[in-house]
Amino acid sequence: MTADLQSVEPQPGVAKPDPVLVVNALTRSFGGLAAVNVEHLEFQRKTITSLIGPNGAGKTTFFNLLTGFDDADSGDWHLNGSGLAGVPAFRVARQGMVRTFQLTKSLSRLTVLENVMLASPDHSGERALRAVFGGWGAKERAVEAQALTQLERFGMAHMVDEFAGSLSGGQRKLLEMARALMVDPEVVMLDEPMAGVNPALTQAILEHIKSLRDEGRTVIFVEHDMDVIQEISDWIVVLAEGRVIAEGTPDDIATNEKVIEAYLGAEFGRAAE
Amino acid sequence: MDWANIFTDATVAAVGPVAAAYALSAIGLNLQFGYAGLLNFGHVAFMMAGAYGLAITVDAGGSFWLGLVVGVAAAMALGMLMGGPTLRLRADYLAIVTISAAEILRLLVRSSWAEPATNSVFGIQQFADPFFDLNPFDPTRRYAIGDFAFQGRVLWVMVVGWALVGAAVLLLHRLIRSPWGRMVRAVREDEDATAAVGKNTFFLKLQTLMIGGALAGIAGMILAVEKQSVSPDAFQPRLTFFLYVIVILGGAGTVWGPVFGAIVFQFLLFFFDGFMQSAEAEGWFGNAIDATDAQQFKLVLVGIGLMTLMILRPQGFFGRRDEQLIGDTT
Repeated sequence: MTADLQSVEPQPGVAKPDPVLVVNALTRSFGGLAAVNVEHLEFQRKTITSLIGPNGAGKTTFFNLLTGFDDADSGDWHLNGSGLAGVPAFRVARQGMVRTFQLTKSLSRLTVLENVMLASPDHSGERALRAVFGGWGAKERAVEAQALTQLERFGMAHMVDEFAGSLSGGQRKLLEMARALMVDPEVVMLDEPMAGVNPALTQAILEHIKSLRDEGRTVIFVEHDMDVIQEISDWIVVLAEGRVIAEGTPDDIATNEKVIEAYLGAEFGRAAE
Repeated sequence: MDWANIFTDATVAAVGPVAAAYALSAIGLNLQFGYAGLLNFGHVAFMMAGAYGLAITVDAGGSFWLGLVVGVAAAMALGMLMGGPTLRLRADYLAIVTISAAEILRLLVRSSWAEPATNSVFGIQQFADPFFDLNPFDPTRRYAIGDFAFQGRVLWVMVVGWALVGAAVLLLHRLIRSPWGRMVRAVREDEDATAAVGKNTFFLKLQTLMIGGALAGIAGMILAVEKQSVSPDAFQPRLTFFLYVIVILGGAGTVWGPVFGAIVFQFLLFFFDGFMQSAEAEGWFGNAIDATDAQQFKLVLVGIGLMTLMILRPQGFFGRRDEQLIGDTT
């Protein structure tokens, strides 16, 4: 897949050989501020694409729009050709695009196991009448086994019965990824999965992100640590002031003058003031 | 002071039909507030919808049994009406809408405009005769277990009331331990995270509002049937807050909490009522507190009693301390 991207011209809005997610003329403004203004952007299937940019570049807003957590002013976007504009968040997830949050949202007073089991799709016991009259026990046991497998994968099998609220920041990030994977999503969107995580766990999270791609999922993630991104990204999209100012392979981006200017200029310029 | 008598009266009240109605209504509120985290400050309106649904149906010539169905349907429809426009908004908006909707409904029912249907402040009486026709107890007799005596008429409402509470506890137990209950608790913890894994949180919140509303509607009907009377001023906003006290006292988010809370609340209310009346009659307060003041002052004592209980056990009687310590932080 990476090989496919090597031949793609590193231009903002360039077409990809096999896009899973396509965004067109997406805008969102807060008052006079255009938080997101993306003309055209494609995400290649089964790759790791990272979204970078200085603080306030609109990365999280972009995520919120794509996943139905915020309403776009205009524009459309398609997952495997089916339009997602105006689709509520829970339906976006059901269509196979699941996100995590920058400020981790663990369900504190649910146990670790419950946190993961919750995410199982199409659970018959989630209908109120069925819940009362039963008949969902077998499904529940299957879901539990599946959840335990996920928790094992993320090294959390020893803490299944603890309240999620008692976990450390890094463990919560892992829990959130395990929960997202229960949906068996085609596209996984991670909003700053390494933020507030100790260096040892950062490496583990990076490995997990790679394994997501290796099992055939598309990973889109937001991060602002350049070094981290260089290492694992197949493709990098740079946002500044809501616009895509550059995209390309890590090598393209490292040498892109626009990026260095916008990224370092914006950050350093402000710091110098 | 006749302590034994005060204690007996308080105990009789604590297991009486009103306590059963409070318990049932509190179970509904607990589903919404304790499990789903919805701030419904207009719970009394659901009780009113149930009571008036029944009374108006019978008054208009319908049967008592049809009235029961209408009462539950009215309470559920009210849940849909309140929830539809507000559940997409932040939690505090629901609190604002429900508290005002409850007052609007009460003022509407007691207005002269609604008089043809509701008989305004005078209310509607004598609509539950078919219920009392089925009474297996002798209404002219007093049934006593030791010092605790109940009129045959009251005993019938009591038995049916507590049977309904039992059924509601069972219903909640089944619901909460199911995957549906897991979703409801997840919404309380974080709605966005729940939606992010594909759960329709709006529909879920609407369901809890309607199920809790139906339970409150049935509770309202118990109160109405027991008195054979409905009037708008029996449904003051403070009843909603009594129910919150009951839920928190028993332990929000626990199955048995509301039942226990209702019993303790009614006991304290009548214990301090009896105490203040005796104390006033015996001249403890001199001229400082007269009989009317004593009535009001009992609520102060109830408040102090509840505060003491909450200091001793902040998670409520059935609540888990470790769960409460985690709090709402993410």
